[in-house]
Formats: sequence, C-alpha cells, structure tokens
Amino acid sequence: MADLTKKYDVLVAGGGNAALCAAVAAARAGSSVLVVEVASKFYRGGNTRHTRNVRCAHDAATETLSGPYPEDEFFKDLLQVTQGATDEVLARHMIHESKSLLDWLPEQGVRFQPSLGGTLSLGRTNSFFLGGGRSMLNALYLTAESLGVAIEYEAEVVDLEVDNGMFLSATVRHGGQNHTVRAATLVAACGGFESNIEWLKQSWGPAAENFLIRGTPNNRGTVLRLLLDRGVEEIGDPTQCHAVAIDARAPKYDGGIITRHDSVIFGIVVNRHAQRFYDEGEDIWPKRYAIWGRLVAQQPDQIAYIIFDSSVVTMFMPTLYPPIGAPGLRELAVKLTLDPAAFEKTVHDFNAAVRPGTFDDTILDDCRTEGIAPPKTHWARRIEAAPFYAYPVRPGITFTYLATRVNKQARMLMKDGKPSANMFAAGEIMAGNVLGRGYAAGMGMTIGSVFGRIAGTEAARNARN
Amino acid sequence: MLATEKAGARPGTHATALLAEADRLMTVCNSCRYCEGLCAVFPAMEMRRAFPDGDLNYLANLCHSCGACYVDCQFSPPHEFDVNVPRVLAQVRADSYATYAWPGALSGLFARNGLVISVVAALSVAVFILGFVARHDPSVLFGTHTGVGAFYRLMPHNAMAALFGAAFLYAILAIALSLRAFWRAIGDPVAADGASIWQAIRDASTLRYLDGGGIGCYNHDDRPNDRRRFYHHQTFYGFLLCFASTCVATLYHYLLGREAPYPWWDLPVVLGTLGGIGLIFGPLGLMIAKLRRDPIMADTERFGMDAAFIVMLFLTSLTGLLLLVLRATGAMPILLAIHLGVVFALFITLPYGKFVHGLYRFAALVRYAREHKALTGKH
Repeated sequence: MADLTKKYDVLVAGGGNAALCAAVAAARAGSSVLVVEVASKFYRGGNTRHTRNVRCAHDAATETLSGPYPEDEFFKDLLQVTQGATDEVLARHMIHESKSLLDWLPEQGVRFQPSLGGTLSLGRTNSFFLGGGRSMLNALYLTAESLGVAIEYEAEVVDLEVDNGMFLSATVRHGGQNHTVRAATLVAACGGFESNIEWLKQSWGPAAENFLIRGTPNNRGTVLRLLLDRGVEEIGDPTQCHAVAIDARAPKYDGGIITRHDSVIFGIVVNRHAQRFYDEGEDIWPKRYAIWGRLVAQQPDQIAYIIFDSSVVTMFMPTLYPPIGAPGLRELAVKLTLDPAAFEKTVHDFNAAVRPGTFDDTILDDCRTEGIAPPKTHWARRIEAAPFYAYPVRPGITFTYLATRVNKQARMLMKDGKPSANMFAAGEIMAGNVLGRGYAAGMGMTIGSVFGRIAGTEAARNARN
Repeated sequence: MLATEKAGARPGTHATALLAEADRLMTVCNSCRYCEGLCAVFPAMEMRRAFPDGDLNYLANLCHSCGACYVDCQFSPPHEFDVNVPRVLAQVRADSYATYAWPGALSGLFARNGLVISVVAALSVAVFILGFVARHDPSVLFGTHTGVGAFYRLMPHNAMAALFGAAFLYAILAIALSLRAFWRAIGDPVAADGASIWQAIRDASTLRYLDGGGIGCYNHDDRPNDRRRFYHHQTFYGFLLCFASTCVATLYHYLLGREAPYPWWDLPVVLGTLGGIGLIFGPLGLMIAKLRRDPIMADTERFGMDAAFIVMLFLTSLTGLLLLVLRATGAMPILLAIHLGVVFALFITLPYGKFVHGLYRFAALVRYAREHKALTGKH
C-alpha cells in the first residue's frame, strides 16, 4: 500500500512502459516517486503487456541485433510511414536518444532476445524482448520496487488541479475513495483514448462501434481529456491511430497480438458486398501491415474477409481462430453471408486477371494482375484450389495519436505556447507529436521508453529546483 | 468453461480433455510466440501447426516447469484466454507416465501414487524386519554386529544380491519398455543419433531449461531464482554418487573379494556419504520449494506422486547415513532392515512413480536436439 497522503517529488500517472521508464529514471535521479496505475497488478502496464519489441537506432550490430540502423534511416522510415506528419526536431531527438536505450533498458533488467530468424524478420531494426512485453514490464516493476518507487494499483486519476500550466494535485480514486495526491511534478504516461468508444465515435461516427480494441480497456483518455481541458495544447488528428486488421471473432478488448492476420498477401480481401477494395500485394509485410485496419474501417459495417485457397494455407503463421472453410466458393460465400453470385464473380474476375509469374513471398515478386481495379501488384495467384478459406477481419485499434503537445524535455506545452511549469508526458498520450499517421513496428515502445526516460529525468530535475 | 468454448479450441480428437486443453494452449501460443526464447518447448511448438497427442506428450515432457512463460504471458489467468502452460503441461506430463507405463495393467499405480508408494514402502520395511526375525532369533535385531561381513550375517550376500538384482532388473525392464512406447509416440521412428544424445545429456545434466531463459525459475513470487535447479542438482548428482557407490561396492565384492562394511575412507563409503548428503539436502530443498510454489502453476492434484518420490529419496539417504553412523551399535540390524526395505521399495516402484520424469524428459530432449538440428543445422 503506497502512502497517498505524503507529497512526492514525481507523480506518475500510468503503469506501462513509458510510466515505468519515467519512474525508474526519476528514482535513479534521487526523486521520491509514486506510480498510480488504474489496473490490477495482473493487468498492469496497459498496452505494454501486448508489445514485443522496440525500434532503436544503432551504428553497429549488437548481440541481439544485426546492424547498422543509422539515425537517418530510422528518420526516413518514420517520414515514409507518417507521410511527413511528424515534428522533425522531436522525432530526430527521439531517434538519437533511442540509441542509448539499447544499453539503458538492459540496465533496468529488461532482457533482449537474440534474433532467431523465422518469425523474427525484424532483427536489424527492432530489438525483441525475451518473453515479450509483459516480461519487460515485470523487469521494470522489479527495478522500480527495488529503487523505492511507491506503486498503487487500481488507482485512477480522475481529476487534476492545474493552475496556469502548473500542476498542483491529482484526485486519485482508490479503494472506493478519492484521495488528493500532491507532488512537485506530474508525468502523464497513461495512454491514449482508444478504449473510449464514445470518444472514438466523436470523430469516426457510428463506425467506431465495430472497432475492436487490441489492448487494455483502461485507456479511456481520462487524463488526456483533463490535460487538454486544463490548457495543454493539443496535437494530432483524433481519427489517426495504429490500427490493423484483426480477426472479427476476437474479444472486444485485450485480444492482443494473437488475433492478427498476416495472410492478406496470399489472397484477396473483399468487403460486405463481396467486392475487393485495395491492392493486397502493395508491399511486403510488415511494412503494410498497419494500413489494413484503416482500410477495413472505411468499408461498410467495418468488416472484410481475407479469401484464400488450400494451396497457401500453411504459408503464414498459424492463427488463433481457424479459417472458415468450404468445399466451393459458393458454399464459402453462404457461410460468410455474402452474396454468392457477387462473390463468385469477384473471384473469377480476379483469377482471369492474374498474369503468369514466379511466386516468391519474400520479395516483391512479378505475380500481378492486369486489367482489374484495384490491381494486385505482387503475389497474385489464382484462387482455385478447393477447399477455400476465409478469415473475417475488423479494425483492431492499438492506440490513438491525439496528443498533448510536448517539447524535447517531454514537457507539456500550453495553448499559449509556454512550457508547463511541472507537467511532462510520455508514451501514447504524446505519441501524436512524432507519429501523426501510419505506424512502423516497435515505434510505440520507442516513444514510450525514450520520452519516459526523458520525462522522469526532467521531472526529477524540476522537483529538485 | 469447457475447453471447446475458449479461444484457440479446435475440433479434433484427443484421448483426454486435458490433451484437448493442451492443444488449445499450443494453438494460442503458436499464434503469439513471444516465449520462443525462454526454453525448448516453444521452438518445438513452432515446428508444428497441429498437435496430436504424441506431440503434446512430447512438449509436456520437454517442459521443465520453470514458470517463466506463465509470468510473462499476457493471457494467463485471469485473462479470458486462460493460458496456463506450466500447469496444463505438468498435468499432461503426469498423465503421460501412466499412458506409456509397462505393463499397461499397472498404469493405475500412478493414480493416488503417494498412497501406493507409501504402502509399498511400509510393506517392504515390514517384510525385511519380519524376514530377519524369521531367519534368526528376534534378539538378532537388537544385537551388535561388527567387522567384515557383519551385514551378511543378517542377510546372506547372495540372497541380498539376488533380491535386489531382480528388483533392479525388473525396474530397468519396465522403464525401458515404457520409454520405448513413449519414444515411438513422440517422434519419427528413426533411432536417436549420438550427437543428439550427447546434446540431450548436456541439456539434462545442466538443467538448461530450468532457468527461465537465463534469470532462474519462478516459484512462490515474481522474483525468479535458481534454487530449484540447485536442489535438483544436489538430488540428481547425489543419486548418481550413491549409484556409483553401489557399483563400486559390487565390483569390490565380486572382483576383489572385499566384503562390506567398508572403512569410512574407502571409495564406496566416500561416494555413498557424499551422495547421501546430496540426497538429504536436495530433496529437502525440492520439497520446501514445492510446498511454497504458487499453486496456480503446479499440478496440485499430483502432489502425492512428486512428494512420494522426494520422500523415498530422502529416506533412502537418511537410513543409509544412519546405518553408516550407527553400524557398530545395536541399532544396526533394525536400521539395516529399514534401509533395505526402503531401497527395495524405491527400486520396485521406480517405473511407477516420479522417477520416470527424468527418462521421459531426457527422451524429449533427444527428440528436440534431433529436430532442432534438422531445422537449423546445429544443436
């Protein structure tokens, strides 16, 4: 039980990667730190539980990474996925700081896994956590505890007292009571608002009802809303988020990584009207992995079906939910409640447009369609080997990008342009500063760890003065 | 909730509901793979897309129960996916001992195993005591016997050798046939190659996969440590030293004509004493760890089987050491009877208790070394 009555140097709202990196960094800098985490001990850490890797720049290969992945290349990748929707100064600073994470995280007990090949095709750019994100979190919590960080679970920040950009106190709901918690500084590291369907509907409309939330149900954006209402400058587009196509049979929340599908390139994707709507062979997974969530979100009823045949069924990772199979296209359409005639026509038209080529799913091969819209520009092969299969998919929201604006010290900026006296932000809640659009694997953790460490260090410095 | 209603459940035929649950877990894990760096189970799982019973029994015996995957899993209970790999694999593993036991008619001995082994042990001790009494005057049990051949005045060496030899040979035969059935069920019919066996010896002798991927195993809280591995090493190497002691003594007897008891500095006594000490502290540590282990990760219903084997090893060692210390006193005859009874019970129950875990796990490690080599070209 943490002491909620004493005044801390640093109050950290949130309990994931960004929050714990902030707490550890602040404690190492000599501050007294209180972490308030809304979840129970088991569910602590929000979306970090479901992560697996972090993207860090490095100049040479390490034990757990092939290399190099220079800062410029990282920035180029970021520019590509965001189509320029990034704050270059912040982004370059983050990328520079990411380099030292490769040593700093292991110093906090986090273990990286040597690249094993196979599943881990990202061995050059991304470092994988041994045992995954929850293992990484467990290590950070053990370190935080040993540094004397006070941690309160099932404790939610429900109000903030902010005077002219200066944090005074937080109202923390815990054990059925509200506690006024005072601290010299605040680090807000408690996620975006992706779990708040009502908020999502404000910008997405009723379509948001059909979104599945891949992670914690706790990221309701309460603190984000409070901060924006208390004068912190907003940055980012509320419809922008990390969204992938996940199995429509997944639970509403917290299905995590295992509901994903990486089979898009092996077949075609059709919507509720049995029509194709995007080039399934545009680019190699995982580069285009993160576009399908938005694409499906824009389809009627926010549902789509990945269609493939028995010739490719073992070419991708086994899936949690089995594919829906049928001996013929018509039977499959009936099972999917699609119009059988329209479905058959779509597949036949696609098959007729497939040009001969040499199939190779590891490169952008020369198997493509001609005379069909949209085209499939790579890996296009006829869907003809019965039985036929389908995965129903829906948009799976990982996290939102609407953010509190920050500077290089992770210090929040107020609407009048002035830096806040003592409020810092890290992780999803400020992701939109660098990630205005799109996604590249491991970026969320880079944002969390880098800005978490900066926020903790700066908050500790702030508290001392 | 039934396994078939949970995420990852597949329609399929499995011999038991537990195996169906293990299939569901491996299906969940195979679509995640975050744990692939922790041990051998998950890389072996990744080589498969479907999980028939033989493969599940293989994976279950490959698992060393370090608990790391439970602590690291975002889907372990109370998550609705209810992924508890250490517990379910421990249950499947325990079932597999009965499944492949020879002769099949005795596989029931694995049920309520603690009770079975206690009864066998008590009966064995009683028979030895009664045997001594029947053969001699009851007062022999309380007399002092010293010097060369003192033990054999209570029980002739040939009788002892014949009885224990027969018990030991039966144990070897039963275990070998069980192991053969297991090996056939878990893998391709090719005989194991030398390199894979050598790799498995290295993995087993270091308990490579009881280290939680490098930081130790999880037992009663969220701070891992290496104590279970340390206790297991004490137990295992203690057992080997005791076995070596017996072998040396047998050679002494038949090749050199030297009869027990041997002086304290002689090889059989030194090996036996060192092994005996390991077999006192190792099982004690394992038992304490077992009692403290977070029950959610453990096959709590099979506690009796695990405990019985630990207690038998402990008693073997304790009675042996007491015999060594008190062999020149009047307590020797009764201690000898108890010691022989315990050792006899240990031998004849070896094929029907926790002892087989070592051999099944070794076979699984050989299988893993083979398929890992086939996939990656290296061990």
